Amino acid sequence: MSVSARISIMLAALSLLALAGALYLGPVALPDIFARDAATRTIVWDIRLPRALTAWLAGAALGLSGAALQGLLRNPLADSGVLGLSGFAALGAVIAFAFGFAAFAPAMAVVFALAAAVLVTALGWASRGPASLVLIGVGLSSFAGGLIALALNLAPSPGALADLVNWTLGSVEGRSLEHVALAGALLVLGAGLIFSAARGLQALTLGEESAAAIGADLTSTRALVVLGAAACTGGATAAAGVIGFVGIAAPHLVRALAGHDPARLLFPSALAGGALLVCADIIVRVLPTDTELKLGVAAALIGGPVFALIAARLASRGGDS
Amino acid sequence: MSTLLSLRAVSANLGAVQVLEDVSLEISGGEIVALLGPNGAGKTTLLRAALGLIPARGEITLSGARPGALSARERALRAAYLPQRPQSIWPIKVEALVALGRFAHGAAPDRLAAADQAAVDAAIDACALTQLRHRRMDEISGGEKARAHLARALAQHAPLLLLDEPTAGLDPAQALGVADIVRGHAASGGAVIFSTHDIALAASVAHRVVLMKLGRLISEGPPETALTPIALEAAYGRKARLEGVGESFAAVFER
Repeated sequence: MSVSARISIMLAALSLLALAGALYLGPVALPDIFARDAATRTIVWDIRLPRALTAWLAGAALGLSGAALQGLLRNPLADSGVLGLSGFAALGAVIAFAFGFAAFAPAMAVVFALAAAVLVTALGWASRGPASLVLIGVGLSSFAGGLIALALNLAPSPGALADLVNWTLGSVEGRSLEHVALAGALLVLGAGLIFSAARGLQALTLGEESAAAIGADLTSTRALVVLGAAACTGGATAAAGVIGFVGIAAPHLVRALAGHDPARLLFPSALAGGALLVCADIIVRVLPTDTELKLGVAAALIGGPVFALIAARLASRGGDS
Repeated sequence: MSTLLSLRAVSANLGAVQVLEDVSLEISGGEIVALLGPNGAGKTTLLRAALGLIPARGEITLSGARPGALSARERALRAAYLPQRPQSIWPIKVEALVALGRFAHGAAPDRLAAADQAAVDAAIDACALTQLRHRRMDEISGGEKARAHLARALAQHAPLLLLDEPTAGLDPAQALGVADIVRGHAASGGAVIFSTHDIALAASVAHRVVLMKLGRLISEGPPETALTPIALEAAYGRKARLEGVGESFAAVFER
């Protein structure tokens, strides 16, 4: 069995364990989650299960798109959050919510994530080295943040403001099976696109010109990854709001275990992203804080240092990743 | 022998600068051609234009077809390319890098059919990488990296090999090893065109040499006739001559 397959089995088991833990653990102690009383059933199956599944799907989508974007741009600092895809997805959804056509929020999230993905890859394709690409992403993210603030300012229904602000911080609180279906469907779509570009990502290990010279169709590789990452990020953001760093941390952790082949990283990175976010959500729920910590905040608290660590390691290698 | 590469009146620009001007060249199976010339002569541009990696004017054919009319895969089955500074952005294992040469044959490094595995093993063997095949690309020396990338190009099993300075950074013994690989490819019916700054090696290995300067061909032909003192001085701006040493050559530049 290949290393990648063994890691995948381990991470799948970890995901299941985390999901089971998410059903057991929470602010209310439940001795038996299979108890037949109405309260237990509501808490476990109507509240905790959809919430945990949404977290897992969003994490998996972000981990997968992170791994794919890192392979495409040959840059270990790339992910949906850093490159501005998540910010733009949030902007799309915020516009939909704020202007009263909430039903289109998921579609808007995907379309805006796609626009950001096209923009950042077009701008970043020619850029050399990790720094400039990350700068482009930071610029796009700030721009999206500004536009979100503007949309909130101009929103005709200020009653929704508080919800929207919460939502841009990222949370899976109070999610239903509809959110699960939404994130799940877009993850399946995005994964299909990304996995069909896996060989192209492997070829890009040689750099763009050599990848073309060994026979890789870079135009289709680029299109598949950009569309796939946009679908994954749009779905994750529409269901769970903006959650950063999972997309960077998951592939980085998997690389340490499964090696650097960008195609073999994809599946384990999705599993690791899912497990990570479910664990982060468990932490958020069991922490004895007055108001529940937002999942996006927790992810940033864990992921920020990881990001800094990777950047420092790259710098010590002279940035020639 | 069939013509594997033909360039007729080919010109190319990099930005506003013309870096290749009216170059014509033909290479058939069994032939070894060396590209010589000072830095900036257009050797790399010629190789990239031949593969269709950069836009060029004039007529280029790879085994009878225009590179632009071929898919990336079809092109890779006709010609393998070793760039001047080959990259391995992710530190994958040596054998995984070599296996990328089988891309056009439909293989992925982790899913090799028997024919792919045989090609990878043969290329690793030819480039003396057997001991290093399980090492990561960031754990081997510069010369070993160069050999790994050459093995990747060989594993592609394309009839035409385009090698951009394949011996740069290699010690003399390793450079001779590359020369043997080049000869072996030509002996099996393939063709090789390689650029180099090693005039002696070029003269010793190639059937024909092409001497370039500022994007133009200065002279072309068998080493003894193409690399005259006049041609060498025209190319390098220094008095120089080619001397026969046994079956090889030495290039002597005057101080």
